[in-house]
Amino acid sequence: MAILSKEEAQAILKKVIGFSKADHCEVSLNGSDGGNIRYARNAVSTAGQISTMSLGVSSTFGKKTGAATINEFDDASLQKVVKRAEELAMLAPENPEFMPPLGPQTFAESNTYNAKTAAMTPDTRAEMVGKSLSVSKTAGLDAAGFLENSTRFNAIMNSKGLFAYNKGTDVSFSVTVRNKQGTGSGYVEQGFNDLDKMDTLALSKIAASKANGSAGAKAIEPGKYTVILEPLAASDIIGNMFRGFDARSADEGRSFMSKKGGGTHLGEQLFSENVNIYSDPMNTEIPSSTFTSEGLPVKRTQWVEKGVVKNLSYSRYWAAQKNVQPLPFSRSMIIEGGTQSLEDLIKSTEKGILVTRFWYIRSVDPQTLLLTGLTRDGTFYIENGEIKFPIKNFRFNESPVIMLNNVEALGKPVRTGSGLIPPMKIRDFTFTSLSDAI
Amino acid sequence: MRRRDFLYMTGVGLGASMVPNMPAFGKIISVEESLTPVDLALKKKMADIALNAAKSKGATYADVRIGRYLNQVVATRETRVENISNSESYGLGVRVIANGSWGFAATNNMDDASIAKAAEAAVAIAKGNAKLMEEPVQLAPQKGFGEVSWKTPIEINTFEVPIADKVDLLLKVNSEAMKGGAKYISSNLFMINEQKYFASTDGSYIDQDIHRIWPTFTLTKTDAGSGKFETRNALSAPMGMGFEYLKPKDEEKIKGGPVTMYKKRYDILEDVSEAAVHVDEKLKAKPAAPGKYDLVLDPSHLFLTIHESVGHPTELDRVLGYEANYAGTSFLTLDKWESKKFNFGSKEVNIIADKLETGSLGAVGYDDEGVKCGQWDIIKDGILVNYQTIRDQAHILGLKESQGCCYADSWDSIQFQRMPNVSLAPGNAALSAADMVKNVEKGIYMFGRNSYSIDQQRYNFQFSAQLAYEIKDGKIVGMFKDAAYQANTQEFWNSCVQRCDKSDYRLGGTFSDGKGQPGQASAVSHGSATTRFNGVNVINTGRKLG
Repeated sequence: MAILSKEEAQAILKKVIGFSKADHCEVSLNGSDGGNIRYARNAVSTAGQISTMSLGVSSTFGKKTGAATINEFDDASLQKVVKRAEELAMLAPENPEFMPPLGPQTFAESNTYNAKTAAMTPDTRAEMVGKSLSVSKTAGLDAAGFLENSTRFNAIMNSKGLFAYNKGTDVSFSVTVRNKQGTGSGYVEQGFNDLDKMDTLALSKIAASKANGSAGAKAIEPGKYTVILEPLAASDIIGNMFRGFDARSADEGRSFMSKKGGGTHLGEQLFSENVNIYSDPMNTEIPSSTFTSEGLPVKRTQWVEKGVVKNLSYSRYWAAQKNVQPLPFSRSMIIEGGTQSLEDLIKSTEKGILVTRFWYIRSVDPQTLLLTGLTRDGTFYIENGEIKFPIKNFRFNESPVIMLNNVEALGKPVRTGSGLIPPMKIRDFTFTSLSDAI
Repeated sequence: MRRRDFLYMTGVGLGASMVPNMPAFGKIISVEESLTPVDLALKKKMADIALNAAKSKGATYADVRIGRYLNQVVATRETRVENISNSESYGLGVRVIANGSWGFAATNNMDDASIAKAAEAAVAIAKGNAKLMEEPVQLAPQKGFGEVSWKTPIEINTFEVPIADKVDLLLKVNSEAMKGGAKYISSNLFMINEQKYFASTDGSYIDQDIHRIWPTFTLTKTDAGSGKFETRNALSAPMGMGFEYLKPKDEEKIKGGPVTMYKKRYDILEDVSEAAVHVDEKLKAKPAAPGKYDLVLDPSHLFLTIHESVGHPTELDRVLGYEANYAGTSFLTLDKWESKKFNFGSKEVNIIADKLETGSLGAVGYDDEGVKCGQWDIIKDGILVNYQTIRDQAHILGLKESQGCCYADSWDSIQFQRMPNVSLAPGNAALSAADMVKNVEKGIYMFGRNSYSIDQQRYNFQFSAQLAYEIKDGKIVGMFKDAAYQANTQEFWNSCVQRCDKSDYRLGGTFSDGKGQPGQASAVSHGSATTRFNGVNVINTGRKLG
């Protein structure tokens, strides 16, 4: 069984720490249990079930650290992995940026675990995929998709008395539905902690509708357009921006947060006033662990307020250099939105382009965060508040920083990827060429 | 540590404390352990247990892969070592056909009972999947080879080279960069040894020992006054070689152009020294004016264009729709191949698939379903003539046997269709890169990979380079910044007008080509000589914030 209870994990970690002779010892225990189904051409292609558990030990003498992992848990193996980490530490060069382990911390109890998701079986997955396939087969379309779920835990302990434990579940689903002629394609993707929120039938119907609706796309000229980005499309682009909130790279002049003449944009208005970004591990829609891998508590943090950069993330080392408190980054980024639905945003648009998702996004210039990529699986022209016709896919060249300065309206946030992101209406979004790909 | 986790780490930087993020598989092992392979007789015994168990439960075909994957990474930054790790992942995967359907199971418990249980589980999964099957698997016949072996022809096993020597080399690289005025420098050395054993009910017992190496660095200079920063990555290629790759030889260097380039030996100290100068030039470079240019593309850049616009769209599983939900499909549909006259590119374009090329990342003797590897044409004189296939696809192309393109990145991953080395043949007439540049009136000479993006059917693309030099009237006149070319695949390859000869031929490659769900990584090389493309659309990607 790869999923240990808090007490079971604690017992193993205590035993491992007990074997340590190093100045400092940090131990982590991770386990996961889950499965997946992949399908294409309306038939299952592969299916699997995977269960794993692993122990990692980091031992430090002075500023010399060695690390080792193992996936065997008898006493002899536990002693062996500790010994190996200590041997490696003795061989390692000193790390001038070594930070001693944290002492005991207080963590909020996370809400990442859902019992029903944890109880998923191969039959549950097959049934969910069956619903998706019923949509494409009935409609005479072709589906290719992937369904995956996992239950996982992680626990950490160190020789200074810190201990933390978290257990969570995930279920994710994505499907691409294409028409038989290969002239139309639609896509959906969703992830939740709670299985009850996942409706593969309804999601597949959306993908099928987009597959039919996107057939016969017309070409329109590249240029600057008002776009309505569905949450997945917005997330695709904005997710690339968050690593720039790292204080060290900003201080070092290596990020879009670095300022001409030195310093950073912390405290400055960098985005439109209607942009508010925060992270909160306790958010019920997108819960995440309340501690970092080294045991720092993760709390609600405002990163952008009314367009002003309120915080940058500080590692423990960099915080010590700058004489500030460490501030960990969170995996659950939340962009505040409004109450409007995607349909409301479309209705309020005189002329614009609706984007389902983007594809193959790559950085072109780290200085401006300029990104390039393409629209995919459903791009539509909007006129007088209505979708008029499907259009051919575009390549874009745009920066999320520029984009968040051109926000006209934000809708109701939806969980997508690792964020809670609203649909966005953005003016002057730059498309540079057309693609014939469907 | 599993290979894809190792590769993932290469993309996210190797800072901070490693252990809390250590992936859930594999374990750190000593160098001595890495040099002790598993006994061959024991592997055969384990393989037979799996094959017999599968057959006894009703499998009509079975194969077993016993994989021992060794990864070593040495990562440094400025004057310090960020990470050294030596890890192993060891286990067994069984794939079967039962009731006409595929099934797969894997275990890292290598006792007889666990192996048999995994084989039985694979059969049960196959029978379960058969209920959702549209048509039974058609497996191309493959003769058994008996007991055979293959090994990457290395001169120096990287795992035998002392860690201290590797650390010293990388710290020298960093020192050289800082002497050249770099404020930030990270350098890494990644090494992989795949010890793979394959057996099947066809009667093959294949033992392979595969080695790969990738030395690389990223050098950064900042200018606080202007707020600008620029970087240059190493122009090394990851290779299917041993540590001899890092023993430079003058005869393996191509000098005389604006950048020193390397063939099957790499001078990392020389490259970092030049990189420091290049970054100064990049900070002062003039913006590229948008327009049509003749592009002279060095193999260090062109390899990824080949990978994205030729390698991927000629994967038959993408053509058929198996990757539709992730990596996408392909514009090279079967009707284009069936017509035998689809004009993929100009007559200069001859693209060869090759699983045997010495020094390449994809070189193996046999693929992961026991097919002996070889070489074939994909594009012949500009015409699409073939794809890349595995055993259950061969019949679609009317082939009597597979082309040997099956690969899995781990013993617990299901093998599937992956790209062979796909390369552009060099020209037949003697021509150096310097001579090619002399005939260009308005052009750009590009080196190294930078930003790459291509659509899901591998048609519209935008690529940029580490270094872009303006060519005017046959001479290199300075460096451009913010230059990216956009084209569609067919137009681009039809604009190919000239190739340098084989003396300029070099391999580029990638350690971590992603595909599949759950995702798998594979390593593959792409060769070419310097090649010219006329009248390609270049855009300026410069933007201002605020």
